[in-house]
Amino acid sequence: MNPLLPLFVIAPLAAAFLIMIIGRFVSEFNKYFTSLVLLFLACLSFYFLFTTGENQFVYKVGGWEPVNKIPIGIYMVMDGFTAIIVCIINLIGFLAAFYSISYIKRYTAENYFYALFCLMIAGMNGVVISGDFFNIFVFLEISVISSYALVAFGVEKEELEASFKYQVLGALASFLILIGIGLIYWKAKTLNIADIKTAFANDYDKTYYTFVQILILSGFGLKAAIIPFHAWLPDAHSSAPSPISAMLSGVLIKAVGIYVIIRLFFNMFVISESMSVLITVLGTLSMVIGVFLAIGQWDIKRLLAYHSISQMGYVVLAVGMGMVLISRGERPEVAALAITGGIFHLINHAAFKGLLFLNAGAIEYTIGTRNLKEMGGLARSMPATSATSFVASMSISGIPPFNGFFSKLIIIVAAVMGRFYLLAALAVIVSVITLASFLKFQRYAFYNETDAKRDKVKEVPFPMIFSMVVLSVICLALSLLVIPEIREAVLTPAINILTDPAKYTSTIIGQ
Amino acid sequence: MMPYIMCFILFLVGLYGVITRRNLVKIAVSLSIMEISTFLFFALIGYIDGGVAPIVDPADPVKTYVDPLPQALVLTAIVIGLATTSMLMAIIIRLYRKYGTFDIREIKNLRG
Repeated sequence: MNPLLPLFVIAPLAAAFLIMIIGRFVSEFNKYFTSLVLLFLACLSFYFLFTTGENQFVYKVGGWEPVNKIPIGIYMVMDGFTAIIVCIINLIGFLAAFYSISYIKRYTAENYFYALFCLMIAGMNGVVISGDFFNIFVFLEISVISSYALVAFGVEKEELEASFKYQVLGALASFLILIGIGLIYWKAKTLNIADIKTAFANDYDKTYYTFVQILILSGFGLKAAIIPFHAWLPDAHSSAPSPISAMLSGVLIKAVGIYVIIRLFFNMFVISESMSVLITVLGTLSMVIGVFLAIGQWDIKRLLAYHSISQMGYVVLAVGMGMVLISRGERPEVAALAITGGIFHLINHAAFKGLLFLNAGAIEYTIGTRNLKEMGGLARSMPATSATSFVASMSISGIPPFNGFFSKLIIIVAAVMGRFYLLAALAVIVSVITLASFLKFQRYAFYNETDAKRDKVKEVPFPMIFSMVVLSVICLALSLLVIPEIREAVLTPAINILTDPAKYTSTIIGQ
Repeated sequence: MMPYIMCFILFLVGLYGVITRRNLVKIAVSLSIMEISTFLFFALIGYIDGGVAPIVDPADPVKTYVDPLPQALVLTAIVIGLATTSMLMAIIIRLYRKYGTFDIREIKNLRG
């Protein structure tokens, strides 16, 4: 029992409540309080990142102890993989909230904005930390319902249309997930992930669970916007206010999409070769098609949103390769390397895609347009935005010494070692096209000469600069994860928990 | 087996509505139908033929009880469904005020 675990859900929930009550009487309370709460959570999550290691902390809600080794309460579980995702959520969340202090002034109803922001954080933390399948669904709904509202926050034509599209597809995804949960409960008679795993060990009907796996994969695939399910993502992510776009693209699609897929397929289901091949194919499709859809875009936020699909494709591809190798039972060290690459790229993507959306927000804040053709010559008047977006662009296109290079390198090396030569070649080609696309962004936004008067353009206010600079430093610092000692402290516990499902189950049931 | 098949048909009716209808409100209603069929499926999972409500009777402790957990889950899911439906309806009202129509073919600013 670790009494600090529920704080990840309770603190932002309480903050949302207090903001709606106290924020009505005290002006300026909402923005500083949100940043403060998220800073506290970020510190707490880093504490867990450094203390968890190979341990697993379990918190049983309501103090319900297991009966005959059968868990009956709701479990909250903190292990190496969870700690990494929780760090991403709360750190990017803090920076986006701090950035909003200046950015959100142009909208009315700031109280609602910050309250919904806190609810979204609470939901995502809950999804990641929950050890119970139905609770994952409940927290997922909390976070996506608040994100529906935040996407429509501008209440203009485009925002409402994007939010409607997002809601219809999101609701479909929720039903698929719910039916999947029902089918699992029908056979396994339990909802605790570790306990479901033990139930599978006794009685595993392969055909039945393949059907369930497909339902679950399409449900969470819709939330994660893997390619055949991606239709809502570019609209929703480009219509939301920029700090929210940074949260949606940087964190939400990972926490409620990719994280759950990885957790369930590694720690709950028995990995089968057909499903792992399917996941690898979906990842490859996302990676390739996403970048081709991105290259023709002139709206910066749509361009970034399509690149999110493509970069998430890298993560899914790497994880899928790991699953294929595990299911064949050959070369576990290559499988571990592929999964390391996938999770490393997931962390990196949170940093640089968050930063890119904040840059896009800064440009929109000063010159009031998102169209690349109407920009140009901003490098001189906005040096901080220009420099940080250069760092982010180089990171996402995989130029050394920025973080994106190392994670893509690990993925490609793993693909070659696992004899997936075609996938390795595709990964390299997609990386080159990404570079081309971001050079276009850099050139049109910052270096092109234009006739427009740029004398009055000023650099954005301090909170926005602070968030962008911190994220660009993180982009550089994450390269250090490639050093073996640091990697073993941070990434290896996560890989071990994923590749050794028996350990996950036995520790949780045993406690 | 019959109730499960009916439940699946209800799901397909909802899916058909979501795909073919052009009216925003009808799409929302179809989504609600799908939602209800999912809840119905959950309630069916817990049902045991001849079972009674799960309140332990000291006089006869070996009665057949229905499984209460799916019912608790459905209650939670209904509350979530209420939130999603009201959110969707709020957006539809706002869309109607902006565009002056419920027809989805005329609401297409976002392309590409």
